Amino acid sequence: MNEVITEKAQKEDWEPKIIAFLCNWCSYAGADLAGVSRIQYPSNIRIVRVPCSGRLNPFFIIRSLVDGWDGVLVSGCHPGDCHYISGNLVARRRFAILNDLLEFFGIEPGRVNFMWASAAEGERFAVLVRKTTEIVKKLGPNEKFKKQW
Amino acid sequence: MVDIKNENQKIEEKMRNVARDLLKEKKVDLIIGYSEGTLPLASAPVFIRDEQEVDKLVWNNSCYVNLAKYLIPNIRENINGELVDLKVGIISKGCVARSIIHLLVEHQINKENIIIIGINCNGILNRRRIEKEIGAHEITETELSGDHLIVKGNKFEKKFKFNDYMNELCKHCEIRAPPISDSLKDNIVGECQEVDSLEDPFEDIVDFEKKSADEKWAFMNEVLKDCTRCYACREACPLCYCNLCFVDQNLPTWFGKTSEISDILIFHMVRGLHLAGRCVECGACSSVCPMGIDLSLINRKINKVVKDRFDFVSGLSLEKLSPMMTYKMNDKQEFMLEEN
Ligand code: SF4
Ligand code: SF4
Ligand code: FES
Repeated sequence: MNEVITEKAQKEDWEPKIIAFLCNWCSYAGADLAGVSRIQYPSNIRIVRVPCSGRLNPFFIIRSLVDGWDGVLVSGCHPGDCHYISGNLVARRRFAILNDLLEFFGIEPGRVNFMWASAAEGERFAVLVRKTTEIVKKLGPNEKFKKQW
Repeated sequence: MVDIKNENQKIEEKMRNVARDLLKEKKVDLIIGYSEGTLPLASAPVFIRDEQEVDKLVWNNSCYVNLAKYLIPNIRENINGELVDLKVGIISKGCVARSIIHLLVEHQINKENIIIIGINCNGILNRRRIEKEIGAHEITETELSGDHLIVKGNKFEKKFKFNDYMNELCKHCEIRAPPISDSLKDNIVGECQEVDSLEDPFEDIVDFEKKSADEKWAFMNEVLKDCTRCYACREACPLCYCNLCFVDQNLPTWFGKTSEISDILIFHMVRGLHLAGRCVECGACSSVCPMGIDLSLINRKINKVVKDRFDFVSGLSLEKLSPMMTYKMNDKQEFMLEEN
């Protein structure tokens, strides 16, 4: 009986958990700015700071899904603004291929999201995090790819 | 009606002659080729140093191994305490030559040491599919007659139409002999073919893409669930040459070693990603899979993405960088989130 109730309760106010990989130089500072400027954004994201979006091995993203995160958000500097000049450009190619491949394997589009946000774009950061949260919420919990045992 | 047996004999003869001359003129120290296999529907790689032994070379439709695999690490010999690179002649159907070209692009092998002996491949049999259809019987003999393959065993005999039972990849293949690349002209003997670009409509992949996410997921699960992660597919691939593959690392352990489906899928996804812009569609991986899993769907999808996005086909030219080695400021980024 108890279980049924909790399950139902869980469904109704289920909140997705989203892991966000943010580049140290832009997006992380952008998130900071959003915070300092008191711009509200959903608390569903858990931030992992990475030195550059080029640091992201696509493995991190796939592994996050296997580990049971409901969504993944990746954010780096705008093309041309990368602190290491081309990290995000190299990463963009990887992301493009990863994105297509995930879809090919039947992972719902929108589970993994990519964006650019600079250190000055606190507002944009908040808007896109809101958007991501909405998308993932609509998709529901990540049951497909999550490791079952 | 094509007579495949006859065709094979012609290819074999030409290939032996070229190999014999190369060894006689001391242009190469070693020939890598195919020899008769010990099992039906299989061939074995062979290394030949003596021109007398050239007749060991064979060509048939079970020469599924990609010989370029043996070029890495460089083939060396210890002469008076010094390691000397050997000059190698390598029997190359189209896809073997393409892998050699790609390995050159990735600076893994030395052009000076390689002579490509081109042959015009007429398709490789899908041995796993044939074995599956034969079932639990032992195959003792196979024979080509006309455009059919006759498979014989204890108290059974079955006919397979060659064109239907080719590797899926071979059905789509347009590069059957080594592609000519200007800077590689001196390294090719035997047959080769002119290809600048490749028109592949990827019809099979387009069809698959139309399915819904759930259908795709179910299909992938069904196809890959038998994978035991023996990594034979990696071992056979000429482009999987890393000293330490991610699957073997345990600090960090990138993914679990269980037979749970996400552990299997994660391997296949990342294997696919690592081959982006590199896979030459030789089919070696699928041919060696003990579980009979056809990996061509994933490989071809990756190749399609690379072709669509970066207009690149691997193993055609020495001059073009592979897409994951470079970038463009204006690469498409339609998949990225935007505010509106
Ligand atoms: S060869 Fe087959 S069973 Fe072995 S790891 Fe590759 S796909 Fe899996
Ligand atoms: S992934 Fe398979 S088809 Fe592609 S190059 Fe490697 S062995 Fe050949
Ligand atoms: S430093 Fe931000 S993406 Fe490279």
